[in-house]
Amino acid sequence: MERVLRGKVIVLGDNIDTDQIYPGRYLELVDPKEIGSHCLAGVDENIAPNFVKGDMIVAGSNFGCGSSREHAPISLINMGASVVIADSFARIFYRNSINLGLPLIVCKGISRALKDGDEIEVDIEEGTITLIKTAKLFQGEKIGEYAMNILEAGGIKPLFRERKF
Amino acid sequence: MHAIEKILAKNSGRDRVKTGEIVTARVDFAEINDLYLQTVYSFREMNGDKVWDKDRVAFVFDHYAPAPTIKTAQIHKEMREFARENDLIYHFDINAGICHQVMPEAGLIYPGSIIVATDSHTTTHGAFGALGTGVGATDMATILISGKLWFRVPEIIEIRIDGTPREGVLPKDIVLFLMGQIKADGAVYKAIDFTGSYIEQLGVAGRMTICNMAVEMGAKTAYMQPNQEVLEYVSKKAVRPFEVVYTDDEFEYSESYCFDISDLTPQVAAPHSVDNVYPIHELDEIRIDQGFIGTCTGGRLEDIKVAADILRGKKISDHVRLIVIPASTQVMMEAIERGYFQDLVDAGATISTPGCGPCLSAHEGVLAPNEVCITASNRNFPGRMGSTQAEIYLASPATVAASVLTGYLTNPLSL
Ligand code: SF4
Repeated sequence: MERVLRGKVIVLGDNIDTDQIYPGRYLELVDPKEIGSHCLAGVDENIAPNFVKGDMIVAGSNFGCGSSREHAPISLINMGASVVIADSFARIFYRNSINLGLPLIVCKGISRALKDGDEIEVDIEEGTITLIKTAKLFQGEKIGEYAMNILEAGGIKPLFRERKF
Repeated sequence: MHAIEKILAKNSGRDRVKTGEIVTARVDFAEINDLYLQTVYSFREMNGDKVWDKDRVAFVFDHYAPAPTIKTAQIHKEMREFARENDLIYHFDINAGICHQVMPEAGLIYPGSIIVATDSHTTTHGAFGALGTGVGATDMATILISGKLWFRVPEIIEIRIDGTPREGVLPKDIVLFLMGQIKADGAVYKAIDFTGSYIEQLGVAGRMTICNMAVEMGAKTAYMQPNQEVLEYVSKKAVRPFEVVYTDDEFEYSESYCFDISDLTPQVAAPHSVDNVYPIHELDEIRIDQGFIGTCTGGRLEDIKVAADILRGKKISDHVRLIVIPASTQVMMEAIERGYFQDLVDAGATISTPGCGPCLSAHEGVLAPNEVCITASNRNFPGRMGSTQAEIYLASPATVAASVLTGYLTNPLSL
């Protein structure tokens, strides 16, 4: 996993639920690429087709609330999102994302501090976010040791394959 | 310690656990519904061979029962094959119902157990004094391999509900009211213990409705200390011996909320969030196109009875349709036996096969743009039941029945 990431952001509001991240009508799909092409279709169907790989999602509080569908992080990963930064995350979404190797950073107030198209640099290990144009630094929460181990292994699957659990 | 902490401690082989600690606990029962074929794929990707215990894993086909498309038929097919290969003792195919309803009916949920399912509404099983929580497909695959899951021991908050509600004010109204107070992110990562005189006298169905929606406040799990009615229910059915766990007197909650619901009126969550809650009389006359009674929140016998009592001998409004879907086959059989379905069909209702139905827009009554639905289910996110331009109002089954009668959002107490 890359520790330091750089990219542009798309900023979303509070309580973005898993139906908005990945609408129920696409749940029967199993091909990861196809799943990625419908990411955030419940917010705006134009996001996924125009998404640049490596860009980032920034959101308000309780991102990923609602159903336990793993399609939500699968779609974010396959759309090309490198990290999601939010004021807070819903629990199941958090577990699912870490398990699949998608880094999440909790940073209170971030969704009001950034605008669509802002370029930022994120240090996953430190939980810091830097807004490039002003060099302003935001300190998010550090990812706990348990979750960091999983992320560093590239998700829980490789860990389990090697029976390191 | 709290009962929830005692359950976590027992299943992780410890004497004590404390808030914030990460423990690896044994899972008593694991359930996978038909949205989660990915579980099987993740299991194989992690070199899983056989599930850890064929008595403690089941598939439930509910979201796509019976299969509405070729792709979902294929999902069922592959899951059936996996169930057969692993000689799973319990299997609930398209003729069973919604997972959170069929598992307690089958005696798989009992006090003191840890239930993990690939569904967020697994908090429902707090109604039985069990620790129920939802996970995604890959977490579930790790359970199928190891029989265990890591948990962060949660903060536990108390929601105390006292008082006797007015006639016609139902558990769904109570939980919608709580949603409006606690909000959709009010209990994220936390466990909720529902206490108070209202909960102490509440029956199995009402307890399930309230614990079901705890996840809409963000809760990891919900708990209610089992009462006599719960103990009678589980004693008749439980497939294993169990022990009821009790919270120590000196336990301190991280937060306590207290409500008296004696004067509460019927509540409605307006589009597009579960916590956008109003007493029904504060909403303007809203014209509706569809009513829906069903789901793991509002599809039990008690819910269908309430609707049948309101609609018996009457006709629903010309411009609406009413969809009624029993939560399980057992519920369906009882509803038939008691004549509720006859009453509902006579009034103009459409009855569909047990399962989730249109709750998450898979089939059986999805909404077109600009349509308005009033529903006894649990989520009104944009697009939840079909078009993102449809509007969903959450209410009790009594409010749904009253509203389809007039064609407008209607207070059942005003009939
Ligand atoms: S009835 Fe609705 S909320 Fe309940 S399990 Fe089915 S889709 Fe989920």
